[in-house]
Amino acid sequence: MIHSSVSSLQTGIAPPDALVVQRRFRSLRQARRRGLLSVTWLIAGLVLGGIALTLTVGQSVTAPLDVLRVLWGAEVPGVTFAVRELRLPRAIVGALAGASFGLAGAAFQVLLRNPLASPDIIGISAGASAAAVGGIVFLGLGGVWISVFAVVAALAVAAAIYLLAWRDGVAGGRLILVGIGVAAMLNSFVAYALSQAPSWSLQEALRWQSGTLNGATLVPGLPLAVALLVFGGVLLVQSRALAALQMGDDTAAAIGVAVPRTRLLVVLSAVAVIAVATAVCGPISFVAFLARPIASRLTRAGGPLLVLSALVGALLVVLADFTGQILLPARYPVGIVTGVLGAPYLLYLIVLMHRKGAA
Amino acid sequence: MSIAGAGAEGGAVLRQARSRGGRIGAGQSAVLLMLALVLAAAASLAWGARPVGWQDILAALNGQGETLEQAVVQMRIPRTLLALLAGAGLGLAGAVMQGVTRNPLADPGILGVNAGAAMAVVIGVAWFDMQSRSGFLWTGIGGAMGAACFVYAVGSLGRGGASPLKLALAGAATSVALASLTVAIILPRGDIADGIQSWQIGGVGGATHDAILPMLPFLAAGSLLSLWSAPRLNLLALGDDAAAALGERVVLARLVAALGAVILCGAATAICGPIGFVGLVVPHACRLLAGVDHRVLLPLSALGGAILLLLSDVAGRLLARPSELEAGVVTAFVGAPVFIAIVRRKRIRAL
Repeated sequence: MIHSSVSSLQTGIAPPDALVVQRRFRSLRQARRRGLLSVTWLIAGLVLGGIALTLTVGQSVTAPLDVLRVLWGAEVPGVTFAVRELRLPRAIVGALAGASFGLAGAAFQVLLRNPLASPDIIGISAGASAAAVGGIVFLGLGGVWISVFAVVAALAVAAAIYLLAWRDGVAGGRLILVGIGVAAMLNSFVAYALSQAPSWSLQEALRWQSGTLNGATLVPGLPLAVALLVFGGVLLVQSRALAALQMGDDTAAAIGVAVPRTRLLVVLSAVAVIAVATAVCGPISFVAFLARPIASRLTRAGGPLLVLSALVGALLVVLADFTGQILLPARYPVGIVTGVLGAPYLLYLIVLMHRKGAA
Repeated sequence: MSIAGAGAEGGAVLRQARSRGGRIGAGQSAVLLMLALVLAAAASLAWGARPVGWQDILAALNGQGETLEQAVVQMRIPRTLLALLAGAGLGLAGAVMQGVTRNPLADPGILGVNAGAAMAVVIGVAWFDMQSRSGFLWTGIGGAMGAACFVYAVGSLGRGGASPLKLALAGAATSVALASLTVAIILPRGDIADGIQSWQIGGVGGATHDAILPMLPFLAAGSLLSLWSAPRLNLLALGDDAAAALGERVVLARLVAALGAVILCGAATAICGPIGFVGLVVPHACRLLAGVDHRVLLPLSALGGAILLLLSDVAGRLLARPSELEAGVVTAFVGAPVFIAIVRRKRIRAL
């Protein structure tokens, strides 16, 4: 991991003046924790600001006071519909989905100790997307059943990728390559399923290929919130164990972490979170992949950074959607914006892969 | 594999290459594949939503089109031809790419070359009002070339060189970016949006003789460049240092071979849309059959690619009767497991 330098120093030093060093590290750690806390609050504020921006600025600009009055329950002619029916669901679903992607991505990246091992690169998002579109087109599913089906399928895909990558243990490079292969297969299934849909439209196709918030309503937002609350809660409870796992399985086991159980819980919850979000607004490109690296750049703190990653994910989606809808000349779905943004960062990471080059 | 270490390993690789002759010889493999190709082409003419008897096929091949059956066969002739040509081009391109990059995972689809071709064609249609097939071909090849150079450059930066993992990741990232940009170009243009579907899954369904004809000179040029490179690829397989010591102009050989491969898959993508994994699977299968000598491997890969795409197209027609499964979907489902199987090998062996 990039930011494990502090922890490795802590474990590696046994000098005569250990007390001094220990004290210095403790103050350093406290400073970083304070830094992490303030960055977290800052990002949370920015997410709220982004939501407020989405609520006020749409095809027309609404006076902030009118927005507040509508949110309070008042009827303002010409404003109520746009704010309550269009902008509010969009902002809330976007923030929730972004948080889900960011959280699940961070959990995977920490668990597998590799920033490239995010669910959207190793094919798990593609599995959820394929299940959702397949369920709609071929099985005629609707409502919550799409989410349920997507969760089950994504878990199956995750298990398949893990088993296929297993060979005397799972090496990071192999897991990622297997994931790329599986994702290629699933993406081509999505394209096929879409071509079989009774009414094919580019917008609808884009939902399942790169993700969009178009047509977001508060109804599918509910399972999203519940999933984020329940499974996100499980992930947060596991946060400490994840931090221990960052130092390696053996170290974590020595500290008293039940490694297999933690792994299973984290994978199950992360896959569930990401599958539900994908079933609602498609696999929004690269949010899961980008959130944690951005979070760890913002703060020098190590650790899993789950909460901060979730907030960064929410911010990414809300801002990218605002960019796609308002700032650009034509209206683009959010996944297109994040796709164009995220790919250069992935390429940058690849360029940086000096020693890990061999698979 | 690092370039520095390659020279020292050259001798070992050469010995290994000799011992890595295929299960059966080159001649026998060629005969076998020829036979399979004829059968696959016949199947492509005979099978589909409406089964057709042999008399009708022969009659239709002689130019008769009186009965419904004969008319159906005549419809199937161009798509059979296109599958044959595009498949051969993709198979050959894959074998050359694997040789040039010495990377077992190289494939026009994985490396993002198809996405580059698709985006270039879409730009041509959206911004320059491109209509002609030869325009499609030129822009497709240009886009393929740009994407290939970019992905290879990104994948080979850094100390490790162009490892399979880095190339595959660079290709995947580039594909996503290019696909996003392609959609971004198309979205504001309702008038051309319907056409994008063919750029998401490739197939040979709508083939006509008019579509195939302009592709031929490109396929011929690409094949010539590729086949000319065959002995040079054999030298490159020894490692750059060894090849240079044996008098090969390494950079030139690489460039010419890559140019041939890019022309082949750019042309195929411009006409059929992106068809992945043909270029990945076929060379591996042919290597098992006839060994690693590129002078044998390249022609065999062309044959194998034609067979694979023909059979994929037939399977797509039969599986989803009465509608059709695009050949690109079938090749993905055939190819991805092979990709995974290659990845699962203990150490990915540099070619």
